[in-house]
Amino acid sequence: MNKQEFVQGNEACARGALYAGCRFFAGYPITPSSEIMEYLAREMPKVGGVCVQLEDEIASISAVIGASWGGVKAMTATSGPGFSLMQENIGYAAITETPCVIVDCQRWGPSTGQPTKAAQGDVMQARWGTHGDHPVIVLTASWVREVFEMTVLAFNLAEIYRVPVILLLDEVLAHLRENVTLPVAGELEVVERLEKTNGRMLNFGAGAHLMITGMAHDETGFPVQGEKAAQHLKRIVGKIEEHKERLMRYQGFYLDDADFLVVSYGITSRAVEAAVERLRAGGVPIGWLDLKILWPFPDKLIREIASHVKYILVPELNLGQLVREIERAAAGQAPVAHLGRVDGSLITPEEICKYVQDEVARVQRVCL
Amino acid sequence: MTRDYRQYLRVEKLPHVWCPGCGHGIITHAIASAMADLQLDPDQIAVLGGIGCSGRASFLFQTDAMHTTHGRAVAFATGLKLARPDLHVLLVMGDGDALGIGGNHFIHACRRNIDLTAVIYNNAIYGQTGGQLAPTTPTEKRSTTSPYGNVEHPFDIARLAMAAGATYVARTTSFDFPEIVRFVRRGMAHKGFSVIEVLTQCPTYYGRLNDLRDPSQMLYEFKSHTVSLEEYHQMSPEEQAGKIPIGEFLCEERAEFIESYYGLCQLGRSA
Ligand SMILES: Cc1ncc(C[n+]2csc(CCOP(=O)(O)OP(=O)(O)O)c2C)c(N)n1
Ligand code: SF4
Repeated sequence: MNKQEFVQGNEACARGALYAGCRFFAGYPITPSSEIMEYLAREMPKVGGVCVQLEDEIASISAVIGASWGGVKAMTATSGPGFSLMQENIGYAAITETPCVIVDCQRWGPSTGQPTKAAQGDVMQARWGTHGDHPVIVLTASWVREVFEMTVLAFNLAEIYRVPVILLLDEVLAHLRENVTLPVAGELEVVERLEKTNGRMLNFGAGAHLMITGMAHDETGFPVQGEKAAQHLKRIVGKIEEHKERLMRYQGFYLDDADFLVVSYGITSRAVEAAVERLRAGGVPIGWLDLKILWPFPDKLIREIASHVKYILVPELNLGQLVREIERAAAGQAPVAHLGRVDGSLITPEEICKYVQDEVARVQRVCL
Repeated sequence: MTRDYRQYLRVEKLPHVWCPGCGHGIITHAIASAMADLQLDPDQIAVLGGIGCSGRASFLFQTDAMHTTHGRAVAFATGLKLARPDLHVLLVMGDGDALGIGGNHFIHACRRNIDLTAVIYNNAIYGQTGGQLAPTTPTEKRSTTSPYGNVEHPFDIARLAMAAGATYVARTTSFDFPEIVRFVRRGMAHKGFSVIEVLTQCPTYYGRLNDLRDPSQMLYEFKSHTVSLEEYHQMSPEEQAGKIPIGEFLCEERAEFIESYYGLCQLGRSA
C-alpha cells in the first residue's frame, strides 16, 4: 500500500529516476542539486547501478551519453553553471539521438548568481542552450510528487523519442519537503529501452558495430553533406515538432468562462493556484493554464485560448522568458503581460491577486 | 579461425581522409594489428575518438565506435565502461584533444586507474584546424599561432600520465611500427588505465612550418632524436638534452576503478 512520507524535491527526483529504471548517474556537486547525487550514491549500489562523481559537468554529461550507448538508462543533475558547461554535449545527445535525462535545479542569475535562491531563468537556455537547430524536450514540475512523476516521464519520453530530456526544477522545489504519497511499483508507466529499431541494434556490445558521431550523418552513422545533411537535421527536429500535440502536458482550470487568463509553470504555479481560487471566490472571471511541458511549446493551445480571453498574465521568476513565446502564440488576439520577480523570493498569491484586480479595474474603466 | 588485422578495420571505408605522409594511418594500422595479436572479439571492442585528424580514426574500426566531442572521449568512455565493464574500450586521441581541451578528463582517468587504453597520436600540433599551437609543441617550434616560435614548455605526456596515476605508460614513434603494436597489445591486455603515446608526423602543418616538409625526413628525425629509456638513464644531462626517451615507462598493478566500484556494489547489496 502507498504510504505517506515526508520527502524532499531532490529526493523525489532521485527516487523517480530509480523507479524509471535509471541505473547510471554521473554528476558534479552544485547547489541546489547535490542531494540528488547524494541520494543515488547511497541507493544505486544497492540495485547494482552506477553513481559516480566525476571531475566536472562536462565529464558528467559525456559519461551519461557513453553509458546510454552501453544500454543503460542514464541521468545527470546540476544547476545553472553546470548546465552551461553541459551544453555542447546536450547537442551531441540530440544529434546522435541518445536517450538521457538532464535535471537542472535552477538558481538565480547568470554566473554564480545566488546559489541558494530560486529562479526560472534557464527556460530559454534549456531550449536553445546548445548551438544549432536541434530537438529537445523540456519538462517542469511544481510539487514534490510531481517531481517524481515528471522524472519518470522524462525517462519515458527520452526512450520513446530518443532525445535528451531536460527537467527544469528550481531551488525551492529541490529543497522543499512535502508530505506525499509516492507512486508504488506498477502505478506509473515505465518505457523500457528498445534493443532495436527498424531492425537495427541500438546498444554497444551487441555485435552491430555501430558508428556514432556528432557530425551530420546518415542512418549508417557515417558523415554526409548537402541535401542529406539537411534531411538529417529536419528529421531529428521534426520527430519532436511533428509530435507536439501528443507531447502536450498541461492542466486547464476555469477556461470555459475565463475573461482573464494566467499561464504559469513550475514553482510559480503554486502561488497561481492559491490566487486563482481567491479571485474566483471574489467573482473575478479568471482562468488558469498550468504548463508541464515547456518545449516543444504548445503554440496551438495558447492561440486557441487567446482567441476567447481579454487578457493574459504570465508570472515567472525571471525578467521575461516564456512570456515571449506566449505573446508570439497569442498573436495579438489578447494583450499579454509579464509579472516577473528576480529578488530571489517567490511570487506570492497576493501579488498575483493585486495585479489581476488592478487590471480588472482598469479594463472595467476602459469599458465604461 | 585466426583473425587478421583487416578484420578490425572497416576496409570498405578506405582510403582514409588523412594527408599523404601523415603518421596517423601507421598508428591506426598498428592498433588493428595489436587487436589481431590478442585475437579479441571485434563485437567486444569499442573505439572512442575525440575531434581532430586523429579522432577520425574512430571511423575506421570494424567495432562499435563513437566519434565524440573535442577532448571528451575519455569521459564518454568512462560512462560506457562503467555501464559495460565487459567491453574493451580503446581511445584514439590527438595531443591537443587529450592534453589541451581534454587534459582534466585525462588526468582524472589516470588517477582513477579506469580500465581503458588511450592511444595518443602526438604530432605536436593541431592538425585538423590548420596547424595551431598545441600543449605539446616543443619550445621555439613554429605553428600558425606561434609564428615566431613557441615560448611555452610542452607537456611530457608519459611523465604526466605516470604522475597522475596511470598504471601502464609507454612511448614510441611512428618510425617503429612493431613497437606501437607491442605497446598497444600490452596496454590492452593490462588492467587499468594504459597510455600509449606515439610521436607522429604531421608533414602538412608541423613539417611545413618547421622546415621539415618531407615525411620520411620527419620519420628519420624521430629515429635520431629518440633513445631507449635504458640508454637515456645512462646518459649525462648534457647528452640527454634534445633526446626523447622512448620505451615502456611503467607497468604496475593497482586497484582498478570499475572492479572497485562493483566490489562496493556487492558490499552494498549484502548490507
Ligand atoms: C570545443 C571545440 N573547440 C575547438 C574545436 C576545433 N578543433 C577541432 S580539432 C582541434 C585540434 C585537434 O588537434 P589534435 O587533438 O592535436 O589532433 P590532430 O588534428 O593534430 O590529430 C580543434 C581545436 C572543436 N571541435 N571543439
Ligand atoms: S593535417 Fe597533419 S595530422 Fe591532419 S591528416 Fe594532414 S598530416 Fe595528418
